[in-house]
Parts: sequence; C-alpha cells; structure tokens
Amino acid sequence: MHLTSDEEKMLAGEHGPVLERSFRLLVRLGEIYGADKMIPIGSVQVAGVSYKSIGDIGLEFLEDYASQGAKVKVLTFLNPAGMDLENWSALGFPKEFAEKQLKIIDAFRSMGIIISATCTPYLAGNLPRFGEHIAWSESSAVSFANSVIGARTNREGGPSALAAAICGVSANYGLHQNEARKPNIKIEIDEKLDLRSGSDFGALGYYVGKQVKNKIPFFSGIKTEAATTSTLKALGAAMAASGAVALYHIRDITPEANNMPVEGLETLHVEPEAIEETYAKLTTGEVPDIVIVGCPHSSLLEVEKIANALAGKSLKRPFWVCTSRVIKHTADDMGFTGIIEKAGGMVVADTCMVVAPIEDMGYRITGVNSGKAANYLPGFCKQDVVFARLEDLISKCI
Amino acid sequence: MKGRIISPGVAEGEAIVSHEPIGFYGGVDVKTGKVIDCGHELEGQTITDKILIFPCGKGSTVGSYVIYGLKKNGVAPLAIVNEETETIVATGVILAGIPCVDKIDLQKLDIRSGQRIKVDADNGIVTRLD
Repeated sequence: MHLTSDEEKMLAGEHGPVLERSFRLLVRLGEIYGADKMIPIGSVQVAGVSYKSIGDIGLEFLEDYASQGAKVKVLTFLNPAGMDLENWSALGFPKEFAEKQLKIIDAFRSMGIIISATCTPYLAGNLPRFGEHIAWSESSAVSFANSVIGARTNREGGPSALAAAICGVSANYGLHQNEARKPNIKIEIDEKLDLRSGSDFGALGYYVGKQVKNKIPFFSGIKTEAATTSTLKALGAAMAASGAVALYHIRDITPEANNMPVEGLETLHVEPEAIEETYAKLTTGEVPDIVIVGCPHSSLLEVEKIANALAGKSLKRPFWVCTSRVIKHTADDMGFTGIIEKAGGMVVADTCMVVAPIEDMGYRITGVNSGKAANYLPGFCKQDVVFARLEDLISKCI
Repeated sequence: MKGRIISPGVAEGEAIVSHEPIGFYGGVDVKTGKVIDCGHELEGQTITDKILIFPCGKGSTVGSYVIYGLKKNGVAPLAIVNEETETIVATGVILAGIPCVDKIDLQKLDIRSGQRIKVDADNGIVTRLD
C-alpha cells in the first residue's frame, strides 16, 4: 500500500503513540483487504457507546485513548448510549450503570466527538453527500449511508471507526471502490406483497438478511410511494442485523441502482406469506410489559405520527419512543412530546431498547415494530418479543 | 489449506464449527464465551480455548469490542478460521491478538466440532489433524 511521507511518519510514531496505534490498525486492515492507499474521509460515526455493550473493557480502552490526548480530525458522531443521558434517573436506569455510562461519554467528549448519541446521524446533523467517503460503524447507519444516500463506507468496527476519526483517513478498499458496490443477488418482491409500514419493511429486511448474509441485494418490485426515509431505514437496519448487509440497491429508488448490472444474478422471490411468517416467527410473547419504538431512532415525522396516534388516549403500559436528542428538542418545541407524555408514554433520547439494560429494569416481554430490535432483544436483552405493526402495538396498550 | 492472514499467531486445538454466520454482539457472552444467539446452531456452547470456525461475521459492528473483551476476560477462542473475515471480526482479532485466517473453503476443509486442527496464521495455513 502506498503511504505518503506524513503517513509513514505517523506509522513510525513521530506523531505520538495514539496516532501510531490508530494508524497501525488502519494500515493492517488496508493490507488485508488490498487497499492501494489511504483516502481522506468526510465524517465518522463511532459505535460501541453503551456501557452494556462494551463494559469495563471498552471503558478502559476509551479512557486509555482519551488520557493519551486522542483528538478526532473530522466531524465525528456517536452511536446511542445505554440510557437517556439527561433523564436516566426518572426512567429508572440503575445508578451504577449511569455512572459508568457517563464516564464513557466523558472519554468520547474529551476526544472532540459530538455527543449525538444516535444511530441516525443523517437525521441529526451529519449528512454526507453522494459519493463521499466516510467511516461509519453503526450497522443501520452504514446501510442507510451507502444505500439511500450513496456515500461510501465499509462496516467499521467501533475501534476502527475511532482510529479513522483520529487519523482523518480510511484505507481505500471494499465499499469505497466501485467494483465492490455491484449487486450479487436479486430480490424480486411479489406484486401482491403490499408493504405499508416500517415494520413491514423490517420484516422484509429480517427475512432477506437471513438469506443473503453479507451479499449486496438488488430489489425490484418495491413501490416508489412506499419507499420513504422511515421505511428504508427500517429495511436496512433489519438486513444488517439478521445478516451483514452493508449496501443494497432498489430499482428506481436508490441512487446507484439503475446503473448496476443485474443480468444473470441468482434471484430470490419474496412471496407475501414470507412477511406474515416473519412477524409470527419473531413474536415469542403475547402481552408486552413495555412497548419501545424507534429502532433505528425515530425521525421527527415518525414522532409526530405517534403523537397523533396517541392523542387523547390513555396507555396502560410503559411506551417509549426512542430518538436522538436533536429530534427530541424539536418534538418538545412542537408539542409532540407533551401529547405522548399526556397519554402515558415517554420520548426517550440518546438510547434504545437494544443497548439499554431493560432486562435489569424488570421488563420481560417487549413490544417492538422493528425487525432489527426483534432480532436482538431475545439474545441480548433476554426478552420475549411481540413484533407487530405500530397500530397493533398501540391497541395492545390501551 | 492456505488462506489469507488476518491476524498472526499459531494455535492448535479442538475445533468448534458453525455453518451459520456468527454475530458476536448479542451473540456471544463476553464474560463466559458462551453462544447466546437464540436459535443459533451453537447456542449454549462455549467457544473458549477452541478453534472457532464459521463462514463469516454478521450483525452489529460492536462485535469488535466483544472479541477484544473475550480475550481480556480470558474466554476467547484460540484462533478463528473463516471463509470471509469482514472488518468487524478483523478489527476485533487484530486488537485482541487472536490468530485468524480466512479464504478457507470450509466444505473442502470438511471438519466437525471436536476434531483437532492447527492454525498457523503467521503463514496463513490451516491443517486438520484428525
């Protein structure tokens, strides 16, 4: 791999131990994956933020970096934390957990990272342009950036994204290059399959991700009017959770799709039954203790729709709407939060049901409308799951 | 069989084989090394001190920290063999110093859990011993 003289100096430790260690990881990844050089990146999104996910080992790793004076060189956003960073006490998060979580946040803040605490940076102030090279790590954000925006990022691990932020570059391999962005399996959506909601797209994503694993699917048959920012983020999130899909294309909808060669590719046909079967397969409980929506984090439009659906109703169970703090501030100003709270729900910022320690907060059965959350909750949060459409979840709570 | 060096080192031990992808975040318990992914073919089994063989990674990018954490907690596998190591697993094994080789055709390798295998990740060579 070609390195500039400045990069050679970085590798030799002339810019200090943090840059050396970070750059060494990037060079090693570049060598493995056949990169020809390093490329400047426009922004970074770092995953591995929740204390529940990374534990004391991650905390030590980050404090070690921070104490050595690590600073990021490009706009760097943070993935969700394990709790609402302001309102954790009222929501019932354990104090010991909160103390560790706040230490992790302090370490990130001292490195110059924006405490955005969201898996939807593109809705919260970090929007790359088409074709821009970035180093993002949260799997649904990676999928959205690559597929819907047409920016270019590999699926970075938390530490490799942090290293890219500190060095301001990423190795030029994989999805940064044209060749690796071509689809290698076709997904034909049956014309009788009427995908309406985010949860329908989440079910589709779960089903397809299981089958295609780490391939690049090319969808046809998804109706233009059904493909919105909300539904596409749900689709990509579920495919990245049940499989390792970092990029997908949809005919006539995503920006690179119609220039992609698809002749002769293996084809998977998705029948309407596959979606209902996925809802049934992912549902392991009957009556939820708590309903949590916003995986990936709710957009402002989604918060507004939930507020409209809950207006004047009285919820009998806890009902969380997870979103970023940026969106929550606007939802507060617009009165959406007030409507949701009046019905008995909460707008929860900075976190979500997957990375929050809900199993330690007394919850056993969680209702979700996210294929990604339904995928993770049984293993990681020891939850039974009710995976259903939003309107069905609401009706189970009133 | 010769593959690609992901992370150097040499290890020899008992194989544990998954035909499905493995997602380490939410899939493997960082304190015990036990597979906790519901419905996974290795669910309930422990990967500690074994040679872990699986086609590719899946799921969350936090998996890198989990692999690093498994090593710090002393419950990591001795080595990893993949068909295709994606960046999440690669970052994890490099940070943790776990030997790892990929580009190995697992059908041709034809190994079952419990058989012995040697991974020479300094040279990218995987050898079935049983």
